Amino acid sequence: MNPMLNLWLIPILPLAGAAINGFLGKKSSRRAVTTIALVFCGSAFAMALWVAMRFSSLSLPYQEYFAHWIRSGSFTVDFAFYLDQLSLVMLLVVTGVGFLIHIYSVGYMWDDPSYYRFFTYLNLFMFFMLTLVLANNYLVMFIGWEGVGLASYLLIGFWFTKDSAASAGKKAFIVNRVGDFGFMIALFLLIKHFGSLNFSQVFDAVKPLPVESAGTGLLTIVGILLMVGACGKSAQIPLYVWLPDAMEGPTPVSALIHAATMVTAGVYMVSRSHLIFERAPTALTVVAIIGTLTAFFAATIGIAQTDIKKVLAYSTVSQLGYMFMACGVGAFSAGIFHLMTHAFFKGLLFLAAGSVIHAVGGEQDMRKMGGLKSYIPWTFLTMGIATLAIAGIPPLAGFWSKDEILWKAYQVSPVYWAIGVLTAFITSFYMFRLLFMTFFGDYRGAHVDEHGRASHGAHGHGGPHESPWVMLAPLMILALLSLVGGLVGIGNRFEDFLAPAVGSTEGAEVASHATELLLMGISVAAAFAGWILAYVLYCQRPELPQKIAARLGSFYQAVVHKYYVDEIYAAVIVKPLIDGSSRILWQGVDRKIIDAAVNDAGHGAGHVSDEVRHMQSGNLRSYAGWIAAGFAVVIALMLWMGAGR
Amino acid sequence: MTLILFLAFGAVCVAGAVNLLAQRHPINSALSLIAVMAALAGEYLLLGAEFVAAVQVIVYAGAIMVLFVFVIMLLNAGEEELTKGSRVAILLGVPGVITGGLLTSWVVLRHSGTEAVPAGALPGPPAEIAQLLFHDFLLPFEVTSVLILIAILGAVVLASKPDEAERRFD
Amino acid sequence: MVPLSYYLLLSGILFTCGVVGFLIKRNIITIFMSIELMLNGVNLSFVAFAAHWHALAGQVFVFFVMVVAAAEAAVGLAIIIAVYRTRETLNVDQVNLLKL
Repeated sequence: MNPMLNLWLIPILPLAGAAINGFLGKKSSRRAVTTIALVFCGSAFAMALWVAMRFSSLSLPYQEYFAHWIRSGSFTVDFAFYLDQLSLVMLLVVTGVGFLIHIYSVGYMWDDPSYYRFFTYLNLFMFFMLTLVLANNYLVMFIGWEGVGLASYLLIGFWFTKDSAASAGKKAFIVNRVGDFGFMIALFLLIKHFGSLNFSQVFDAVKPLPVESAGTGLLTIVGILLMVGACGKSAQIPLYVWLPDAMEGPTPVSALIHAATMVTAGVYMVSRSHLIFERAPTALTVVAIIGTLTAFFAATIGIAQTDIKKVLAYSTVSQLGYMFMACGVGAFSAGIFHLMTHAFFKGLLFLAAGSVIHAVGGEQDMRKMGGLKSYIPWTFLTMGIATLAIAGIPPLAGFWSKDEILWKAYQVSPVYWAIGVLTAFITSFYMFRLLFMTFFGDYRGAHVDEHGRASHGAHGHGGPHESPWVMLAPLMILALLSLVGGLVGIGNRFEDFLAPAVGSTEGAEVASHATELLLMGISVAAAFAGWILAYVLYCQRPELPQKIAARLGSFYQAVVHKYYVDEIYAAVIVKPLIDGSSRILWQGVDRKIIDAAVNDAGHGAGHVSDEVRHMQSGNLRSYAGWIAAGFAVVIALMLWMGAGR
Repeated sequence: MTLILFLAFGAVCVAGAVNLLAQRHPINSALSLIAVMAALAGEYLLLGAEFVAAVQVIVYAGAIMVLFVFVIMLLNAGEEELTKGSRVAILLGVPGVITGGLLTSWVVLRHSGTEAVPAGALPGPPAEIAQLLFHDFLLPFEVTSVLILIAILGAVVLASKPDEAERRFD
Repeated sequence: MVPLSYYLLLSGILFTCGVVGFLIKRNIITIFMSIELMLNGVNLSFVAFAAHWHALAGQVFVFFVMVVAAAEAAVGLAIIIAVYRTRETLNVDQVNLLKL
């Protein structure tokens, strides 16, 4: 059978690191904190590699029991782990990219007074994410799901003394909660109908079920509800609004959580549940539509943003939309492939952006950057590679995964494909816009002395400067991965590898190979077109963008303001809730009913006693009078009760 | 014959009781009460309770009422002032007690029928009472003697002049 | 031949007069005398029942009632004297220091 891999070590090691740093970190030196954090995270990564090396000798899926949890009648849920191809891919991505970002953070957060707290939260996040990925049942996955939400909240609001950061953390958590509600209802339905939440039991029960047509069977509802949960966690329409605000957190956080790992949890969950979705075509369509729309919608917002991190945030939302588009057309492995390459190049983009921000002393507005390629060449190089990757220029990683998605989407409906290509063009455009605005042209920033957020201390020497090697090394590694990482997908190798875990659409290809090459050519052309357009608008004729913006007038304003979605939510959902809560629940129920009941009971007792007090007059005759009256009452009562029969 | 005597004595009782209520000076009330007690002694005789009648006259009318009269004279009690004390007593108490009394009477009349109590029905020379008193009711008898002792002591202490008391504690 | 109920009625009337006197009168000594009136009414009832049931215990009880009434009268009047010495009044309405 299977040897004992001790999978439980992989999540527990970062947890131990978090505990040590959390309790002892405040009094320890920076070097101690760094060592603990890197050792525990790195050992998790090393274990993941070791598991990968022994992978081919395992019979899958490999399940490992860790501890008792719920035993209630026939319903059993334990702390147990599950390993198959899908988990392995996620495991390597999470631990690998996570470890690189840990290293990067050493440099980035070095001057922060709460250094130890950052690494505590980061390790804590790793623990929850690994629990999510390695869980063998939906409930333990949900623990991880909630836990990464918690870690995200803590890390977004890391500089909690800043109002905007604290609000952003709250917003992330609350919007996530809305999604989690859907997730939980799905879990309840699974318990009710299948009596279990364990993957093997649920999937074995689902396999023999027929494909549901006509829209509303149990599996369709479960699928849609799971998608609601995924919309919250993976920032799809309509629950994406927290992700741009989450950029308030430190840049490594944005890289790790909001690019590479946490936001991909939704894609992982949908892929894990592929058996359910494959039998519920309506749910799949919902997933595909949401993914496609989100990809396009977010890309259009990205065009007009001026904050470097916000552009990357909307880009993340858009790329996640691509992943869901892939899942929605049944090509789950393509979605996971894109998840992997996206982790590489988006993680790299964020880290490089952090390097840029660090270089200019804290400025995030691209309009105040420019011409940095001569100051920070290494950052420029790595960021350039990442931009090529995300734009889908072959032979970098992004090209392979994005093209796979578009190809699979075309086979289900050309509409998905068309929107996908259009979005690819827009993606290429705004990414190169970012690159050109930041690195080319003249440096438009003021001197470093005048800026400088608290997080970066005083970099008071004039002019932007390159980051230290501890920050550059992870950039290099990720750049390398962005260059070659896509090659695993050539010739369906990746799809075949993942097939036992997420199914395959091999046999469903309806178009010919020639069409595939044609479509490939069109998407590459779209990528280059975006590049050229950005070059024209931002390098050759930099005065044009403003003129175009002026011509488009209010439409442009709407895009700049993110289509006012936040404002709409605030007016339609948040304000009525707060008003209702304050006016009805607080003033009405709490004050007028509950408090009043208690206070009036007290006052009433006082009033009653004020009246009754008058009986104690000290007057002998009134006492006698009361006695006589009572005597009459008692006699009457006795007669009435039948004593005088 | 017995009935006429009963009614005569009864009338005196009731008249005396009402007069007690009606008089303003306490000495008049005291004298009415003596009249009531005397009439009651007559009632007891009708029932054949000679011993009780005698004790009623000797102890009640003869000792207790004399005590009352002495106290009235000692304190020089005058006519009653008509202070407005308590509305409750008059508005609630008097109707209450009258109602209670009526209810009780109604019960009594319903149930006791018209059996007559023969005159002089009670047996008994005092010897038989003494027999009861000193055999069956010996304990209450002794307790009442203790009670009287305590009452004597209490009355002496309470009623003595204050300066005497102070001197005693010097 | 006098029915029992007549005796009981008379006893009730005396008792009621006693209570009414207690309620109406303001002089403390008169109130005390009303109490004695109540006791007398009760005595009559006891003796009437004793005669009705040919039981001597009723008379013995009357004996005890009288003893207690005597003791009570003695102590009560002593208290009245003590109160008169401090309050200088026999009006029960003016002895109301125990009010709230």
